[in-house]
Amino acid sequence: MRNAWVICRKELASYFVSPVAYILLIMFGLIFGFFFWNALGYFVNEGIEMQLRGSSFPMNLNEQIIRPLLQNVSVVGLFFIPMITMRLFAEEKRTGTIELLATSPVRDLEVIVGKWLAAVILYSCLLLFTAVNFAFLFKYGNPDWKPLLVGYLGLLLQAGALLAIGTFISTLTKNQIIAGAVTFGVCLLLWVLEWVSGYESSTWARVLAYLSVITHFESFGRGVVDSKDAIFYATVIFLGLFFTARSLESLRWRS
Amino acid sequence: MINVKELTKRYARTTAVDHISFEVGKGQIVGFLGPNGAGKTTTMRMLTCFLPPSSGSATVAGFDVLEQPLEAKRRIGYLPETPPLYPEMEASEYLRFVGKLKGLSGEELDKRIDYVCDRCAIADVRKKLLGKLSKGYRQRVGLAQAIIHNPDVLILDEPTAGLDPKQINETRDLIKNLAGSHTIILSTHILPEVEQTCEQVIIINKGKLVATDSVRNLQARARGAESVILEIAGRNGTVEPTLVQQRLVKVSGVSNVSLKNQQDGRAIFEVESQKGQLVRGDLARAVVESGWDLNELRPASMSLEEVFLQLTGNETLAEKAAAKGAQP
Ligand SMILES: Nc1ncnc2c1ncn2[C@@H]1O[C@H](COP(=O)(O)OP(=O)(O)O)[C@@H](O)[C@H]1O
Ligand SMILES: [Mg+2]
Repeated sequence: MRNAWVICRKELASYFVSPVAYILLIMFGLIFGFFFWNALGYFVNEGIEMQLRGSSFPMNLNEQIIRPLLQNVSVVGLFFIPMITMRLFAEEKRTGTIELLATSPVRDLEVIVGKWLAAVILYSCLLLFTAVNFAFLFKYGNPDWKPLLVGYLGLLLQAGALLAIGTFISTLTKNQIIAGAVTFGVCLLLWVLEWVSGYESSTWARVLAYLSVITHFESFGRGVVDSKDAIFYATVIFLGLFFTARSLESLRWRS
Repeated sequence: MINVKELTKRYARTTAVDHISFEVGKGQIVGFLGPNGAGKTTTMRMLTCFLPPSSGSATVAGFDVLEQPLEAKRRIGYLPETPPLYPEMEASEYLRFVGKLKGLSGEELDKRIDYVCDRCAIADVRKKLLGKLSKGYRQRVGLAQAIIHNPDVLILDEPTAGLDPKQINETRDLIKNLAGSHTIILSTHILPEVEQTCEQVIIINKGKLVATDSVRNLQARARGAESVILEIAGRNGTVEPTLVQQRLVKVSGVSNVSLKNQQDGRAIFEVESQKGQLVRGDLARAVVESGWDLNELRPASMSLEEVFLQLTGNETLAEKAAAKGAQP
């Protein structure tokens, strides 16, 4: 797996020499910052009102700020995933550098894992960027840090799954815009699938809801590691990378 | 070093490579010649394990490309038609990356990077972004990455395509210099390239093997009878070509005499002999005895272009090439 690490380092370098990584970081930071201060403002406002009314409704940073924020990140992440994965293979196919990778003594799997890992690491950087805001909570409040960590774990797992799907889609075309658009569509679909459970309770609706990546994040958002949900994400990661491997292979047999 | 048996590649519509067999010995430098669309790139992609063959087999450095691709790849350096460069990388960073992919590390990697930079004359662009390099430099960085792991076999797909004449010469010299330590296959659709750089030539056309031989044999083979170029000058500064022609045709064994050029009292003829006849001595005697000066007498070597076109069955073009090639 040394080779996977070589590939991963190269991918990270190319994220960070181009403006891509910085643009994503800044956008993500801004959007999250907005959510954060919004939530905080609301929280503070509510606290003051309650004191004025004299009621002593328990205020809880974890429940009222961290949990909804993590939910927000899990949705906002959907929009950033395609921008991270779209170039992974499409660009190599367009410029012909795929020929270098494919004729080097490296296994396909090492290339795939390396690229996927780089995408996960870039996404972790985005998350780390958001953690700065939470540090503020810890300075002035006293939230429980365990649910926060579990939430981040959930976000990483969810992103890992979507990034694996994006990696697969990137092998299907030479055009990174197409790869990005399709990945975006799939991500969006995987999010809204959950909505059917709002009005339907047939088996089909439940299957669709099950496939929705967002529903599996709920437990993590509450600070609970539910093995069922963790297994769901792990399965999607595995399938995504597996189909990427098949796609690379069939690319050779076909072309 | 390279052993190809009945190698075939079928695409949905076309058979790009059709039952090709050949062998390349250790240390040879072989030209893989064919017009565009002949199947050169496809063959090379099969040899480098990029494409799996539809049928047939190929071994490189003793390893089957289908059975032991990793072992084969370790021993191959490959320069695809367009050099596989990452525009956002610096040249040295790129070579480091490729070196690691090929299994080098540590001090050895540093040494090899220095060595290939020196060898391919790219030391002055080590810190430049690949996207900003000129075509010639891109090609040389492409060559540098191909030899970084000191492979037994070098496979170069049209290494001089798209370069200007000066760059072409530099690249050819570079390849010739590499020949000592590697077995090289280079593809091209440009004939002089093969004549100048290669010892062996494999000619393919429409996916089929047309000929495989040494460059010298092929030239001889396509030329049935001897053909000589004569330059003749008159003693008093003028020469009457028709007179000379009449005299030369009378020499026994000569089948045809044609005037190629006439200038400043000198005339150049191409004389063809009948099959199996050696006429050079008689020609020289005839010229001198008639009171003319013989400035030059040399065998007309047929350009590989003519050979190639003859072999690939394009006769009208072959004649054109012959007419062009014989001009001084
Ligand atoms: N990926 C592909 N799919 C279908 N046909 C192809 C593909 N690549 C090449 N061909 C066809 O195979 C033939 C040989 O192509 P190629 O090996 O590139 O020739 P050369 O390199 O000698 O110019 C051509 O007719 C070309 O159209
Ligand atoms: Mg080609």
